[in-house]
Amino acid sequence: MSTATTCPYCGVGCGVLARVDADGAVHVQGDPTHASNFGRLCVKGAALGETVDLQGRLLHPMLRGSDGRLQRVEWGDALDRVAREFRRIIDEHGPDAVAFYVSGQLLIEDYYVVNKLAKGYIGTANIDTNSRLCMSSAVAGHKRAFGEDVVPGCYEDLEQAELVVLVGSNTAWCHPIVFQRIAKTREAGAIKHVVVIDPRHTATCESADLHLPVKPGTDVWLFNGLLAFLFQHGAMDARFVDTHTEGFAKALAVAEAEAGDPAEVARICGLQMSDLLTFYRWFARCERTVSLFSQGVNQSSSGTDKVNSIINCHLLTGRIGKPGMGPFSITGQPNAMGGREVGGLATMLAAHMELDKPVHRDIVQSFWGSPCMAHRPGLKAVDLFDAIGEGRVKAVWIMATNPVVSMPDADCVKHALARCEWVVSSDIMTHTDTNAYAHALLPALGWGEKDGTVTNSERCISRQRAFLPAPGEARADWRVVCDVARRMGYAQGFQFSAPHEIFLEHARLTAFRNGDIEADGVPVARRMLNLDGLTHLNREAYDAMTPVRWPVLADGQGTTRLFSEGRYAHADGRARFVTVASRMPLHATDCEYPLVLNTGRVRDQWHTMTRTGKAPRLTGHTPEPFVDMHPHDALRCGVREGELARVCSRWGAMVARVTHGGGILAGNVFVPIHWNDQFASDARVGGVVNPVVDPISGEPEFKHTPVRVEPFPVRWYGFLLSRRALAPIGISYWTSIQGDRFRRYEIAHREQPAECGEWARRWLGVTDPEADWLEYEDRSTGVYRAAHLVDDRIESCLFLASRPHLPSRHWLSSLFMQDRLEDADRIALLVGEPADPEASTGHVVCSCFGVGRRTICDAIRSRDLDTPAKITAHLRAGGNCGSCVPELRQLIAEVRSQVEAS
Amino acid sequence: MSATRPRLVVIGNGMAGMRTVEELLLLAPGLYDVAVFGAEPYGNYNRILLSMLLTGEKSVDEIMLNTPEWYVENDIALHTGDPIVAIDRRRRRVHSRKGIELGYDRLLIATGSQPAILPLPGRDLSGVTGFRGIDDVEHMLEAARTYQHAAVIGGGLLGIEAANGLSRRGMRVTLIHRTNVLLNQQLNADAAGLLARNLQGRGLELRLNAETVSLYGSERVEGVVLADGSRIKADLVVMAVGVRPDIVLAKSSGLHCESGIVVDDTLQTYDPHIYAVGECVQHRRVTFGLVAPVWEQARVCASHLARFGHRRYRSSQTATKLKVTGIDLYSAGDFIGGAGTDDLVLRDPRRGVYKRLVLKGNRVVGAVLYGDAKDGGWYFELIRSAADITPIRDRLLFGQDYCQPALDPARATA
Repeated sequence: MSTATTCPYCGVGCGVLARVDADGAVHVQGDPTHASNFGRLCVKGAALGETVDLQGRLLHPMLRGSDGRLQRVEWGDALDRVAREFRRIIDEHGPDAVAFYVSGQLLIEDYYVVNKLAKGYIGTANIDTNSRLCMSSAVAGHKRAFGEDVVPGCYEDLEQAELVVLVGSNTAWCHPIVFQRIAKTREAGAIKHVVVIDPRHTATCESADLHLPVKPGTDVWLFNGLLAFLFQHGAMDARFVDTHTEGFAKALAVAEAEAGDPAEVARICGLQMSDLLTFYRWFARCERTVSLFSQGVNQSSSGTDKVNSIINCHLLTGRIGKPGMGPFSITGQPNAMGGREVGGLATMLAAHMELDKPVHRDIVQSFWGSPCMAHRPGLKAVDLFDAIGEGRVKAVWIMATNPVVSMPDADCVKHALARCEWVVSSDIMTHTDTNAYAHALLPALGWGEKDGTVTNSERCISRQRAFLPAPGEARADWRVVCDVARRMGYAQGFQFSAPHEIFLEHARLTAFRNGDIEADGVPVARRMLNLDGLTHLNREAYDAMTPVRWPVLADGQGTTRLFSEGRYAHADGRARFVTVASRMPLHATDCEYPLVLNTGRVRDQWHTMTRTGKAPRLTGHTPEPFVDMHPHDALRCGVREGELARVCSRWGAMVARVTHGGGILAGNVFVPIHWNDQFASDARVGGVVNPVVDPISGEPEFKHTPVRVEPFPVRWYGFLLSRRALAPIGISYWTSIQGDRFRRYEIAHREQPAECGEWARRWLGVTDPEADWLEYEDRSTGVYRAAHLVDDRIESCLFLASRPHLPSRHWLSSLFMQDRLEDADRIALLVGEPADPEASTGHVVCSCFGVGRRTICDAIRSRDLDTPAKITAHLRAGGNCGSCVPELRQLIAEVRSQVEAS
Repeated sequence: MSATRPRLVVIGNGMAGMRTVEELLLLAPGLYDVAVFGAEPYGNYNRILLSMLLTGEKSVDEIMLNTPEWYVENDIALHTGDPIVAIDRRRRRVHSRKGIELGYDRLLIATGSQPAILPLPGRDLSGVTGFRGIDDVEHMLEAARTYQHAAVIGGGLLGIEAANGLSRRGMRVTLIHRTNVLLNQQLNADAAGLLARNLQGRGLELRLNAETVSLYGSERVEGVVLADGSRIKADLVVMAVGVRPDIVLAKSSGLHCESGIVVDDTLQTYDPHIYAVGECVQHRRVTFGLVAPVWEQARVCASHLARFGHRRYRSSQTATKLKVTGIDLYSAGDFIGGAGTDDLVLRDPRRGVYKRLVLKGNRVVGAVLYGDAKDGGWYFELIRSAADITPIRDRLLFGQDYCQPALDPARATA
């Protein structure tokens, strides 16, 4: 019996069928009926079964005692304490002295209750989410253009388009299933052109017809230039612009003024003129055009303007709301959109209503019947942690996210949390970089255990269903929030007993006083987000709910595309051209920090690796944090591929291995976002990223930080494979990688231990002098290798060298699958590779000269040797003690009879 | 048979002498009228394999090198059990014990060596023997059939082989060695420790750092007394404390001798008609106990006897292998090392493997292999050829199989 659920990774929101074996193993496959993926899964989704073990899980509540140590407590005590501290701080310092920092990993139901608690009961809008870090520029852009945070199209549009423009998106790695849909359609010839706009040459570019490697931060010039070009070349849909939009003239005037000359645009963006014109011409020519954009657009100090510069081009051409066309923001997290729907951002109220609109506040407060209502925007993520650092916010509840890793200027976040009076963290893992600063740890349910709904990038609401029991004492976040709310004195409003009750309340709020016509003098507000058709679901219907795209009106049918009628959410029903003037990222490079740091995901990891870091098949693709750079820059910085480098900005530094991936423009470097203190010594790129944000969305500029790269000098490099996890304490550089039945540590150190053997035994805890310990040492070149076996099974092996030239980990890793090492493998162990059977000289016949049977037989055959003396003359075999001479005679007879027979 | 041929008389029917004759026959068949005198009553046999004769792994027939027929076929007059007792160098004649007197044009002395017998009280008791010839082995086998306890004095190659052989023959053997490093001519302490453990595992009693002060017994030996006063019961005592070149005959004939018969690079003695090879010679202050240099001497000496006198003997590095079944041991060159040398060391005590290569710059200068000596010959070759091992340094100690692809360009590109 399998359970239909939804993948917890990217915003594509693939349907997953999960099944638990009798032995407890979890098997997953793509849900063939789910409209996001039709049965396909990417490598991360396919490995979900490997990530649900309880290794490292937080299984019971913990409170930090006065000695600074976390101690296990009862739920009742934990809830009381959390409620008491929040109550106390609110009473002493007011509601804005507390905050919630939540996550796109939460379900709609979790999000809904925490938003309700903050805005309607505590009375603060200090609830922000990590979606601020990835999606908020798209949200702000949507609101400016459409009047509401709406993605107009759907995934089918990508398959119906002639031109797909991928802007700031490594779709192939970050949204693989959507990418496969595009690639497949392109191969079938339906999509004529795929254009990738990205400073990096990524895997996505491999399936593109055109790659525009724009200079980082110049997207607005590019799209203003496009707007001007489209206008100049008659691609404008004048009737659409006249009927359905506002602000065209001014937007065009600014675009033409700064980007009216493609040659100038090409120069500013660092593009070949011919490539730029190809893109512009394709865009002008292809009516069915989708512009899919993601973090490369959003994570910028001008992210919102970039979004609007893209949308402007679609408004000019009227390419929106119809099959095969439209601007398309693709989200990074499974429930980024769902979070926005329930108001999980400090700048929104709930159900797509606004904090600054009295009617909206009235609608929500009267629906909730809540004691108060936040009336001004709360602190956005970066400001929120600044406020914590300054002591203005004294209590924070962090849920399902890891800001010490993921925030920009993350060292500042660390210091802020360190001085915060009261930090609560709801998480599924015990040890995270953020939990190190928490006073209370509350065990949450993970994927497969929790139950609720998520909304993907195309407005499709899908169920995440539980198929595993709650482990230990872990509880759903919504339940914990309700329990704390009641303990804070909010008797009403949080009496939910199951997620479907919360979902129904959310659905009813979306429909509540949603319309154009006032009835009985009660003011209403029209919102496109309307789940009227889902307000009557009973528990069974909720459990059986199939994926549906909102709005879901009274007929219960979902909506494929919005704005098809040309009616937008602004009061006048018109979409807005937003006048966008280009500007470069706030912090420019200079001679001290001459390179531009770009950050992003790698194919097989997710966020801070708490789950994907557990799956051996995911850790192999990119095992180590790296800094990808152009070879010329490496030369200039004095670093070498394969060696370690420190990446420094004005805000912080980190260490990673230098690679030349081949896709980086000179002057740029790329570092993945995933690694953190649980997996590496010093690889939190968040600590390096500048805390600059977009002035409108508050989204940080993750894609542009001036940095310097310098050598990280070490005396030796090495790696360790061990069945047991070990603490790499005191090692200058380490990365820990989960393998199949072992953990791998890549290490490097500034000083070489005086006695490698002694050091290694101590680190690996091999104290028994009789232990089965093999070692090889070449002291003067700094080479040391050792292996520890227990009952002929490999327990660990360690390889050290003064240069980063070490044997491949591949074969050694495979030995951990064996319960007993073969003799040949044992002998090869410290070489690090199996003996090549072709290279073997065979069983030794002459032991004085070490001449093998194979060598002798080959010589007899090829040189036609017929006496032992002749063998001795050629190979020396038999020429010393002579005891093998009879065997030589026998071999001569054997070989010669074979030769005669053939 | 032509009366006009010059005569070569060979004193000693051992491995060195006969190898020289074999080499000579290859170079210049029929050049000499050859006569061979041997003290032992057998044909020519492989003395190295005596320890296998002792363990029973080989029979007497199997260790014979040249059969009586071979001597006949090659027209060599063989006199076994009849040692030469005098050389009249002025008249160029030799006298055998049985009274044969024969003139020579060239004389080859290959009298080998005699086991050193410690000057201990009781050394003349019956049941005290060396380990040198087939008769010694027979003596030991005889004792093993009758008696239970044996002591072997000397933990060198021969001593260990003897102790192992006697143990295999069912005796309870105590091996007495002066230092705490067995095979101290060939091994360093690490490898010797492994060897000691292995021997103990085979049931041998080891007494290291032990000096023997006397043997006791009335007619037959009954035991040995050590310096610390302890007594070890032994019905058979094998002395394996080294060999001395057998130079009695040479000396008595007035040839210049020091530790051995002094020869030059052509293996010629101070008498231009007389050559000497094998363990009885001293070449540039060095005497010999291993077979490899002896083979080289035979080759050089034969070329001069054949009058193709262009070869020169240069004493070279030697390599050692212990012939104890189940113990794989190899040592060559400067295996101790010191300032200016680097070590490559591999330890796998569970498998009983210890390997050490001593490098000087990029060349191998010494090797000690214990437990896995398969690559000994290859390392020896690297030592002798002074090959630059830089490209294979990381794999060198793991053996030729791992280095072959790196060294063989054809394989590297395949």
